[in-house]
Amino acid sequence: MAAPVPQIMKQGRVIPWFYLAPALIVMSFFIVYPFFNTIYLSFMDRNGQLPASTTCRANQPCWGMFENYRHALLDEINLTSPGAAWRTFWTSSFGNMIKWIALMVSGTVIMGLTFAVLAERVRYEALAKAIIFLPMAISFVGAGVIWRFVYNYNTGGAQIGLLNAIRTALGMQPIAWLQTIPINTVMLIIVGIWMWSGFCMTILAAALRNVPEEIIEAARVDGANEFQVFFQIMVPIILPTITVVITTMVINTLKLFDIVYVMTGGNFGTDVIAVRMYREMYINYNTGVGTAVSVVLILLITPFIFLNIRRFLAQEATR
Amino acid sequence: MASVTYEHVWKKFGDFVALHDLNIEIADKEFLVLVGPSGCGKTTALRCLAGLEEVTDGKVYIGDRVVNDIPPKDRDIAMVFQSYALYPHMTVYDNMAFGLKLRKLPKQEIQRRVETAAEILGIEQLLKRRPRELSGGQRQRVAVGRAIVREPQVFLFDEPLSNLDAKLRVQTRSQISKLHQNLATTFIYVTHDQTEAMTMATRIAVMNKGKLQQLDTPQELYDRPANMFVAGFIGSPAMNFFPARIRRDDGAVYVDADEFAVRIPDHKAGVYMPYDGKEVIFGIRPEDIHNPDFAPANINSAPVEAKVDVTELMGNEIFLYLVSGKNNYVARVDPRSRYNIGEQVRLLFNMDNFHIFDPSLDAENPVAIR
Repeated sequence: MAAPVPQIMKQGRVIPWFYLAPALIVMSFFIVYPFFNTIYLSFMDRNGQLPASTTCRANQPCWGMFENYRHALLDEINLTSPGAAWRTFWTSSFGNMIKWIALMVSGTVIMGLTFAVLAERVRYEALAKAIIFLPMAISFVGAGVIWRFVYNYNTGGAQIGLLNAIRTALGMQPIAWLQTIPINTVMLIIVGIWMWSGFCMTILAAALRNVPEEIIEAARVDGANEFQVFFQIMVPIILPTITVVITTMVINTLKLFDIVYVMTGGNFGTDVIAVRMYREMYINYNTGVGTAVSVVLILLITPFIFLNIRRFLAQEATR
Repeated sequence: MASVTYEHVWKKFGDFVALHDLNIEIADKEFLVLVGPSGCGKTTALRCLAGLEEVTDGKVYIGDRVVNDIPPKDRDIAMVFQSYALYPHMTVYDNMAFGLKLRKLPKQEIQRRVETAAEILGIEQLLKRRPRELSGGQRQRVAVGRAIVREPQVFLFDEPLSNLDAKLRVQTRSQISKLHQNLATTFIYVTHDQTEAMTMATRIAVMNKGKLQQLDTPQELYDRPANMFVAGFIGSPAMNFFPARIRRDDGAVYVDADEFAVRIPDHKAGVYMPYDGKEVIFGIRPEDIHNPDFAPANINSAPVEAKVDVTELMGNEIFLYLVSGKNNYVARVDPRSRYNIGEQVRLLFNMDNFHIFDPSLDAENPVAIR
């Protein structure tokens, strides 16, 4: 027997909008309007006064009204030869973003999954998980400062950075971790993995907990060893959750700002999109290019948000 | 195919003793049912055999091999779980083939075995479906199929019928019995349902509070329960118990329960003579209490009187709930009987089938006197 329809749902087409209005007004004011204004500004000059095409200069490349996008996409890249373009791309904010996504997403998901599985097998499970989750509770700026100490490099005298202190104690030369291309980006990504693994672990541990114990036991009786149980039974069962964690981490990585800004400021070829956006906007005061960078970022993130929402709706549908 | 032996097996969870010095020898091709109330240790015993729990002390053998330290995958057993535990991301075919693929059997052999098992169980048309598209009964059969294809030495069943509705449970019960006959393999089956135990087992192990109470054939358990727990657990409605005294009188031996006294047939009296004057528990099954009008001939009957409290007509029989002094008890009588509630009636105890338990050694679970 179907449940009776509540009175509130029989009130036609107007009343629902009435209830939605406060949220819609707030969202329009703080999200929708700025969104469209950003797109508008990305086609204007540095002050938002004249069309972007007016900033073109004679005998220079020009994309007309998309001039700001030319700056956003190509300014970091040396176009004099294909070889130079290839090399400079990999130290540009877009090239770095590819490294970040490849290493940080795989790193956090693999670490998170490993922690989730292993933490369940130790006696102080809650404590172990709390410690792994702890970096999430630290402000990202604070984490950046902590890790700057770890990576610290002195040109002369005692090495106060943890890694270099270890290296010198072992008789090796210290390394300028944050200034040496290409390891500096990898060092920054390690900080990101350190921070976000706990987040992945928490979500994946909850999913693993939902895998019925009897299914795992059935697999063991069926002849599976622990690795086969993990890869052939547990991982496929929690695959929907893993997908959501991956897409969420891709979005988080694309938006990444704090770690890079605090530790290198985007120098030494470690720039990322969000830091560039901030620099164009608030250091160079170039509204046009700053908003163009942010529109590019939105376009990169959108497919993953779409994937996440579709996953979410699919999960809702199976309930 | 193999025998299974529990030898002085203990299992403790912290201070809780789940298995208390368990000794069972299960012959090859036997259908052994472990039965008992929840928490009696029957599932723990099965899980120790499967390798899903480690035993605290003692030895578990499969065939001649001690399997204590052997992981489940190498014990050559197959298990059907209460929840069926089908792999949700695999088709029925892959669920059944999983264990065979892990053992790297040739593809044709896997296909042959899965198809044969599917045919036996009547699930050929379901092979491409996923578990969530199946009904409870179909899932149960897939779980059994997954065990069959493995061709293990021992089949383990952990309450496989408890999630089915009553009708399907009766059908599946007979299918499992038939399966046991066809496969001729050792079956070990855990249930809390004494009907399942009675109908399927070649032998039943009754357990309570981690201890084996009695290990015997269904008929022996029913006819000659070793103690009051087994007597009360096997049979439905349960056996009636009366606190009583043994009394010798004029060369005859009586059981005196205050409200009634019944004479023990002379050929059995010798056993009870040493208990003269002692407190005992007298037990008689509801089906051994008869309406005098329809009592079978040739039984050693002893008359008693009681007041009818409730009657339940079952169609083929009537359950009479009786009150006699401070005792309440149940009789299963002929459906042609006519009784009114509150009526004082005369009934016959069939003294060919009675049980007497001695509470002097174990007051909680008096042992049968034989």
